Formats: sequence, C-alpha cells, structure tokens
Amino acid sequence: MIEVSLKKKRKNFDLNVEIKLQNGVTALFGSSGSGKSTLLNLVAGLETPDAGRLSIGGIVLYDKDAAIDIPVHRRRIGYVFQDSLLFPHLSVRGNLLYGFRQGAMEFNTVTEFLGVANLLDRRPATLSGGERQRVAIGRALLSAPQLLLMDEPLASLDMDRKREIFPYIEQLQGRFNIPVIYVSHSVEEVSRLATHVVVLSNGHVSNESNRFDRTSVLTGKAFSFDETYGLTTLKHPAGNISLAGHLPISNIPLRIVVRATDVTLALTPPQNISARTMLKGIISKCEVDGSPTAIIHVKLAGGEDLAAALTRKAMDELELKEGKPLWCLLKSVSIDERWIASA
Amino acid sequence: MTLSPEEWTAIVLSLKVAFLATLMCLPIATGLAWVLTHRNFWGKSALNSLIHMPLVLPPVVTGYLLLLAFGKKGIFGAFFEHYFGLVFSFRWTGAALAAAIMALPLTVQAIRVSMGAVDRRLEGAAATLGASPFKVFATITLPLAAPGLLAGTMITYVKALGEFGATITFVASIPGETQTLALSIYGLLQTPDGDAEALRLTFLSMALAFLALLASELLTKRLNRSVLGES
Repeated sequence: MIEVSLKKKRKNFDLNVEIKLQNGVTALFGSSGSGKSTLLNLVAGLETPDAGRLSIGGIVLYDKDAAIDIPVHRRRIGYVFQDSLLFPHLSVRGNLLYGFRQGAMEFNTVTEFLGVANLLDRRPATLSGGERQRVAIGRALLSAPQLLLMDEPLASLDMDRKREIFPYIEQLQGRFNIPVIYVSHSVEEVSRLATHVVVLSNGHVSNESNRFDRTSVLTGKAFSFDETYGLTTLKHPAGNISLAGHLPISNIPLRIVVRATDVTLALTPPQNISARTMLKGIISKCEVDGSPTAIIHVKLAGGEDLAAALTRKAMDELELKEGKPLWCLLKSVSIDERWIASA
Repeated sequence: MTLSPEEWTAIVLSLKVAFLATLMCLPIATGLAWVLTHRNFWGKSALNSLIHMPLVLPPVVTGYLLLLAFGKKGIFGAFFEHYFGLVFSFRWTGAALAAAIMALPLTVQAIRVSMGAVDRRLEGAAATLGASPFKVFATITLPLAAPGLLAGTMITYVKALGEFGATITFVASIPGETQTLALSIYGLLQTPDGDAEALRLTFLSMALAFLALLASELLTKRLNRSVLGES
C-alpha cells in the first residue's frame, strides 16, 4: 500500500493530493498541466514537497512533521521518463547495469523479456525511440524498485512504436509484480493498463471526472462469431458478452474495458430490451458523495468487479445496497476494439 | 636550432610550473563550477565575482596580494610552511600557485559552460537508479562535462605557460627556480644585446602554445566521439 499525502505550491497551481494506492497499475490521468508529472517527481524525491507525508508499505519516505526526507537514491523508486533519459555516454549494457541491484530480477530475464538482449553493445544515440524506451524500462526494473513510476512512456512515440511497446507494459505487472504509477492523458492507455485510475485536475484529485472516467476491466474468451450480424461472443463466468466486430476465436483471454457510464443495472432479468449482454452479480459497495451520481460496485459471478454509474435517485428507488443480487446490462455498441486487449 | 642549457632550464621550468598549476587549478575549478551550476545559495553572485577577480585586477595586484597571503609571514604562507613544510614565495611552487590563480576564472568558465549543458534530468534519473550524489557526479556529470574539463585543462596549461605579471611580483625572476620562459624573455629585453635571444625564446613559446592548443583540439574531437558517440 502506497500512501500519498503531499502538498506543493507551484506558480500556476497548488498541488494537494491525498491518495492511497493498492498494488497493481494506478493510472494518473489528467490534462497537461494538471500536476501529474509534479506528483511523480515528488514521490520519486526529485522535487521536495512543501508539506505532507509519503509511505510505501509502511515505510515512511517523507514526512514533513517528523522531518523525514529519504533522498532520491535511497527511495528505490524506479522512474521511466517520457524521453527515456538514457545515459548517452554509456552503452545499452552500461545503462541497464547502472542501477543494478541484486534482487528478484535476473539480467537475462529482463533483457529477454524486453527484447533488448541484442542491443547491449549499442550506444543510446543509435537506438530507435521504441528501443530506447524498452531499455529505459529495463534499466528501471533492474534497479529492483519497490514502486515503478512511468511518466507518459509512450507519448513521444509514433503509433507503430506505441504498438511495439504496449505489450511489454501490459505484461509488466504480471511478470514482475511491482506496483506501477502510470501517468498518461490517453484514455485508451489508461483503460487498457490501469487497475485503478486517479484523475488529477489543477493539482487535486478530482472525483467529478473520476466518476465519468471510471472503467472496469472484464476478462473473457471469444468463442463464437455471428457472421450475419458481425458480432463476437465472449464467454464470461457471469454471462456471455456480445461485442460488435470480429475478434479471433481462441483460448487467449481478452480484456475489455467497460465505462461505468455504459452499464445499466436491473433487479430482475429484463425482457424486451436492446442490450445484448446481461451479467449476473452482487453489489459489493455503493459509493455516494453529495453529488447526484453514485457508483455501484458489483462483484460479478467469477469474481471480477464492475462499476456502474447511475443517479442517486435510481439507487434509492431500486433500494440498491450491499449484498443485493442484480443484473448488469451492457450495450454491445459501447465497446469497440479500442477497448479490447489480449490479457 | 640547438638550445643552450639556460634555455632548456627555462623551458623545463615553464612546463613544470604549468603542470603543477594545472594540477592545483583543475580540482578547485571543477568544484567551483559544480557549485555554481548545481547549487543556489546566498552569496553566489559574490562568489562568482570573487572567482573572476584575477581576470580584471592588474596582475601586479594579484601578485602582491599573493605575496601578502602566501609570503612567509602571510597567514596562508605561514600555515602551509608550518603544517606541510611548503614554501611558496620565491619558489617555483609559488610560480605555479600564481599561474593557477590567474587561470582559475577561465578554467571555471570553461568547465562551468559544459557542466551547465549537462541535462540535469539525467542526473535525476541516475539518482532514481540508486546513485548517491557522489556517484552521480563521478559517473554522469563529470564524463558528460569531459569536453569542458579538457578545454579547461588546456586553458589552464597554456595560460600558466605564459603567466607573467602576478608571477614576477610574487616570486620574482630567479633563474632555475622561478624564471620561466616569459620571465626569461622579459629579463633578456632588459639586457643590452638580449633582443636576438629574446626573439628565439619568443618563437619557442609560440611553438609551445601552438602545440598545446593543437593537442587540445585533437583530444576534444576524440573525446566527443567516445563520450557522446558522435562521429
């Protein structure tokens, strides 16, 4: 668990962030100038906060009141920068080994995973943008970090390079099990990668946009394709998921990203309705604040979570509360291929 | 052209003085350049001005100040003599000290420019990889500023080869001890019929300076290739 509570005055905005992050990939989402990079720098220790506290797994890295400020080089926080920042005077090997720490990760495992094993003797200046970014990821991993910060690692790359890097980042979590904070302002990246999303605007965690950007990830396997209508059906423990478009039928699990605002809830399986997907589940939590909207968290059969956004009025009228079984309806058309990735 | 024993002495002494001056000047200039590029503190402008003083002061003033501070009765002079047995005044080590002080502003400037051009974020990246401030300095800042360091070394050396005003004031012109090429030329010009000999030494010192600059140019090219992978 990473507890962040940091304040920093900047010229154009005041950063004031209080978040608790679980393991997994947390996306820091927000427009440019919203304070995402500043927050990463504060966490890494590259900038000093004005006040606050920061701890990872119970170890305090910064605490203004207790006068604790662990310097950058002892924080063990890996950082992948937007523009790689490889050391130009060192070879790829020199870069990868710069921060090498005996840890869970073998040099060969990491270089093979990232496909950089054949680049070891090259200089950074001779690498392509995608190669450079893979080396930067490897360099950070090999320093055995307890937290990995990624600041828009794909932003400086063109579409093809993005496709080249994306799978590596997607698999990072599964392979190395390091918590990741991933800064981005691409909805697609965020929804494909993130297990949690934190939205920053003007230096504050914004609940408002959080609600509308809230997404859930469902995993299923494509098992049939309807030629007539061009629909693929995915098998999911809570029910079949119908998707527009042709997906390859295979045993490889696919992940689809569902926006909370695209989910409709029903207490009984509705008849005569256009939504083609009905998933069975039980309410695990109702999230309300003063605003008219509420987020209902549903534990689907099979264990995955699905968040649904609806009005507080609808919540009260349906008497939605923890433990209540219900059906989640998805419009097939609201999920296109941008929202699907191989797991 | 054969050189007389006196000429040889002057040349060897010049090279020796310049070498020691460089040795003294370089670490101090590197430290100062680092402080000026990496730290903000109260009095930074004052420090910067102080470093540049030898550049604007008449050399004779710098020499006289050195004599006051590093002479046998000066506070530094007494200190070094008492604790290290080191005497500067009227010794070749003093000539080197004078040359080092006179070269300092230029050396700091050369190193400072290339240190300032090192991307600070690379240093930050190194720190996130677990590098202590000293490791960052030694493995990132210094190698990336190497061209400036080399330029600084060469400037110090060449400047020290030709230092005159502060040297003659501080350590006088003692043949075999403090009489470098420049001081020999000056001495010869004060002597009747010394002109021809002075001209010989003038050509010699031009050749020395030229060779040093040429070597620096070639080294810089090689360094840029090996440090930054430029071709």
